[in-house]
Amino acid sequence: MAAILPANNFESEDRPAERVQPQGSPPQRRRVAPWADTLFSLLAHSAAWLTLSLLVGIIVSLLIGAAPAIQEFGLSFLWTSEWDPVQEKFGGLVMIYGTLMTSFIALLIAVPVSFGIALFLTELSPNWLRRPLGVAVELLAAVPSIVYGMWGLLVFGPILATYVQQPLQSLLTGVPFLGALVSGPPVGIGILSAGIILAIMIIPFIAAVMRDVFEVTPPMLKESAYGLGATTWEVVWKVVLPYTKTGVVGGIMLGLGRALGETMAITFVIGNMNQLNSLSVFEAANSITSALANEFAEAGEGLHQASLIYLGLVLFFITFVVLACSKVLLSQLKKSEGARS
Amino acid sequence: MSTATALDTKRLAMHAKRKRVNAVALTLSLAAMAFGLFWLLWILFETVRLGVGGLALATFTEMTPPPMAETGGLANAIFGTVVMVGLATLLGTPIGVLAGVYLAEYGQKTWLGSTVRFINDILLSAPSIVVGLFIYAVVVAKMKSFSGYAGILALALIVIPVVIRTTENMLSLIPNALREAAYALGTPKWKVIMSVTLKSARAGVLTGILLALARISGETAPLLFTALSNQFWTSDLGAPMASLPVTIFKFAMSPYENWQKLAWAGVFIITIGVLLLNILARVLFKNKH
Repeated sequence: MAAILPANNFESEDRPAERVQPQGSPPQRRRVAPWADTLFSLLAHSAAWLTLSLLVGIIVSLLIGAAPAIQEFGLSFLWTSEWDPVQEKFGGLVMIYGTLMTSFIALLIAVPVSFGIALFLTELSPNWLRRPLGVAVELLAAVPSIVYGMWGLLVFGPILATYVQQPLQSLLTGVPFLGALVSGPPVGIGILSAGIILAIMIIPFIAAVMRDVFEVTPPMLKESAYGLGATTWEVVWKVVLPYTKTGVVGGIMLGLGRALGETMAITFVIGNMNQLNSLSVFEAANSITSALANEFAEAGEGLHQASLIYLGLVLFFITFVVLACSKVLLSQLKKSEGARS
Repeated sequence: MSTATALDTKRLAMHAKRKRVNAVALTLSLAAMAFGLFWLLWILFETVRLGVGGLALATFTEMTPPPMAETGGLANAIFGTVVMVGLATLLGTPIGVLAGVYLAEYGQKTWLGSTVRFINDILLSAPSIVVGLFIYAVVVAKMKSFSGYAGILALALIVIPVVIRTTENMLSLIPNALREAAYALGTPKWKVIMSVTLKSARAGVLTGILLALARISGETAPLLFTALSNQFWTSDLGAPMASLPVTIFKFAMSPYENWQKLAWAGVFIITIGVLLLNILARVLFKNKH
């Protein structure tokens, strides 16, 4: 390079620079495709708008599809339990109850277990084990739900019936309330099995979020607590958890959103029976998603189909609210991250 | 003196209690980890045990059989899944990448950007069966028939949010200095994005596409009333099309032994495929970062 540069460039520093008129016109600015910038920006913008309109489209199409049922039954659809395609009388209580109850059981199991897993991964596990275990948990989240469903129906259900339901039944017969709670034919399908399968499915989601938010805690906070002589448990329970509580709740809500909308795992094991006479957790029941999966393709156009879409609308509304809460809570933790540490 | 020893014993008791609580909590945490892994291993074990038993060459070459038949395979279902998943990825990826580019390069601070980001996170976890309902309403009900096209659209709608999310995350990892250097050379924005930022983030973007592919390969719910199913081989996308997950669903719920056996074989194929895609995505991402 040096050889090409004029050698006397720096020798003339003490002389005032002579102003030279620019010779010729500046080189033409060459643009290969001046429209490309506009086009690309337009494409990117329209892709963003498309995503936005997807949500609007989903809501509008569900509203239009459900309109006949909304007109016919109004809001009382939500607390009527009759579901009779022959007489065209529909109420969604059984399915809504099934969806909420299975998700509740799932959370009951999944939250403590995921907390334990996150605690193990962040505080207890030796470093070399941390990554493989984290990957294993994430792979559990990737297994398609139909695998869980089939496993639940053909492998887990019978085991649950033989080793849990029958002993419980023989133990609790005659006990007024609890006896009714475990009654039913011992086939291993029903609300409880669906709840357990759901729990297994959402554990990885909740555990992964909890692990991530636990790692947000500034090390200095934890080290100070350790320095004062706190035990590992005390550090997690009294320092890490209070610091990350919005994130933890957000993670639980995310899991809840997944559980509410899960279809295949539930459809296999819940039994698809529209009944609410027995509140037993071993009795076959129904959920919104499994009703849709089983009946929709066969439902004739008209009130039956509209009622199913109405159920879908209810489901979408519930999950939307839950997921929006989860998102807001998680982003709050992120915002306060800088402020508090 | 006596008060001091009393205090001492009290303190020791307190200490012992705290240590006990700690030990119990940590044991429970270990148990929780074992609990989580136990299910993973059990499910994988059963899938392999029952799946390999049903696997034969005929599984890949013969059509889905009627109940109680002696032979039969899953060839049409596998073909349908490959076609629909492939086309859905081809359709959803450009839209997802472009929207991700918008979020990372154009609309970081605009209201449209934050709204799309919020909506996208919700779409990411929205019930997939509702996506099926949506496509049913806008495609199947209008065309008056279930079709492979409807299935592709439904799956593409699931691909988009996954790809948007990873593309945006990967693009925001690219240091700004890289963009500024390119701008300083007079590069137009589209060229900066195409040949600098997207190019340096391509491993991450590809990871996102693979993850989306893995996600939709196992999706059943959105196909149930869009592509429906088909007992025969078809490459006509305007007709109902078989897919592996829907076939598994139908076969597993049936009381026929040969169908259940095929369902296990199908579950085995899907699980292995999805896990391999996930591992591939991870390896790819790890190599580049």
